[in-house]
Amino acid sequence: MAKVFVIAEHRDGRLKKATFELLGASAAAGNETHAILLGEGVAGLATELGHNGAQTVHVVENAALKFYTSEAYSKVIVEILKKHTPDVVLASHTPTGRDLMPCVAARMNVGLASDCTQLAFEGAKIKVRRPVYSGKATAEVEFLASGPQMATVRPNALGVPKADSARIASVVAETGNFAGLLTQVTDVVKGSSARPDVTEASIVVSGGRSMKSAENFKILEELADILGAAVGASRAAVDSGYRPHRDQVGQTGKVVSPLLYIACGISGAIQHLAGMRTSKTIVAINQDPDAPIFQVADYGVVADLFAVVPALKDEFKKLKDH
Amino acid sequence: MNIYVCIKQVPDTETKIKLNADSSWIDTAGVKWIMSPFDEFAVEEALRLKEKNPGSTVTVLSAGPARVIDSIRTALAMGCDSGVHVEIAETADNNLAAKALAGALKKEAHVDIVFSGKEAIDDGAAQTSQLIAEYVGIPYVTVALNAEYGSTVKVKREIEGGAFELFEAPMPLLIAAQKGMNEPRYAKLPEIMKAKKKEVKLLKMADVGVSETDQKIRYRNLQLPPPKQAGKKIAGDPATQAKELVRLLHEEAKVV
Repeated sequence: MAKVFVIAEHRDGRLKKATFELLGASAAAGNETHAILLGEGVAGLATELGHNGAQTVHVVENAALKFYTSEAYSKVIVEILKKHTPDVVLASHTPTGRDLMPCVAARMNVGLASDCTQLAFEGAKIKVRRPVYSGKATAEVEFLASGPQMATVRPNALGVPKADSARIASVVAETGNFAGLLTQVTDVVKGSSARPDVTEASIVVSGGRSMKSAENFKILEELADILGAAVGASRAAVDSGYRPHRDQVGQTGKVVSPLLYIACGISGAIQHLAGMRTSKTIVAINQDPDAPIFQVADYGVVADLFAVVPALKDEFKKLKDH
Repeated sequence: MNIYVCIKQVPDTETKIKLNADSSWIDTAGVKWIMSPFDEFAVEEALRLKEKNPGSTVTVLSAGPARVIDSIRTALAMGCDSGVHVEIAETADNNLAAKALAGALKKEAHVDIVFSGKEAIDDGAAQTSQLIAEYVGIPYVTVALNAEYGSTVKVKREIEGGAFELFEAPMPLLIAAQKGMNEPRYAKLPEIMKAKKKEVKLLKMADVGVSETDQKIRYRNLQLPPPKQAGKKIAGDPATQAKELVRLLHEEAKVV
């Protein structure tokens, strides 16, 4: 059994499901599972952390924690970790987790295994594996330093546990020292899209060069909205100006691992495959039967995407309405 | 202004990855090496800041085996003034590399700002930038989409779902660039020729105060992804294909 600390993450007053994945995996392995919850006016979220596997929630509330900054967050987290000496520290490999955790690990004088896609608990230790070369290979990570083993885990890699409202976490109010901070985040500006981020979505609908124009992505957006999916794009589509870079999936964009990845008009260049091949189920829709994307696809549809995608939208709608 | 940019040399994105004999690393034979694409945005940002502040210098740093000198020369050809190569092993982890680069930076008389790429496309760990800042003792901001340089530096940092954090800090700080921060320039032939004569300082691990014990993690038992079994091809007209695909996703794959 390990003493596991999970850095809880929330945005707009809602906890991230990636946090539940970490708590669930730790609790399911029978570990002593703690969560660290930082922010302003967030203490109420402790209940839901408990439902998802946290036995103890360490809360720090302060105006300096309203928006994430690596400086304030790392300071508070390191103080809590040093006080409680965990065996394992986990965070999600999200824009916050990836920015924050290297600095926390350095101050704990240990290494960090980032963006892990496999996590297992063995006694007081963890065994992790992570993609390298954007998923062209994977590597097991050996921790060489003594001290807590630390990892960030890719969202969707572990699966969300079933919440149990009978599980109640005990809440511990912790304190932090916020004097002399150099950095601040003055505001968080929302994106124009209500769709989930490609790295966090359970379903991603992606388009490639064959989409032919930015306007044509509307059919993918419509399909995505029925599925609650994110819209992604290949480098070719981004370089052609059809989509912003933040939507790019691949080695020079984002690496995603959704339950379902629907590739529309994407040929499957090696650098794109690197970014999505760990998706659980892959659908490829492409007119070219020899396109490399079909080599990784679980379901291949050789057809004109402009005919299939609207039909697909109608079929999914029927399924949802059913 | 004393401007620094840290870069990493990585296998080209088109590289087909093979493993070495004991699966402890990749087989580097025949690999074409490039500057990690995100670092090109860091170099460009450093050069633009220099151009706006006459009298500034841009120094490019890279840690790695002997081969990384080629990527340092690439950055010099883009316009950096001089280079620093810290020689460390191919298999060094982010912590050792960052400590080595920070050690080199701390030998400099004065550091105003450090740029880097938000991650390198080889191990994709997205750790080294933050660790360099930590070991130099300056604030950092990663995944920067743009920066305004005034009495403080204001950075638009990309987060999830197309949202941004508006980050602000005084210099010195480290900014890790996201793709799209600018449009990196191509080196012109005369610059490439000039770059060959620019000074590149070579430092060993002992010179920057790091040792093997600064390596905190190590990779082992690398694996290539298992070849995927041939998927199902769905035949018929588009309406039939759509219907059958949704049925399979619902009943067989159970993902919708």
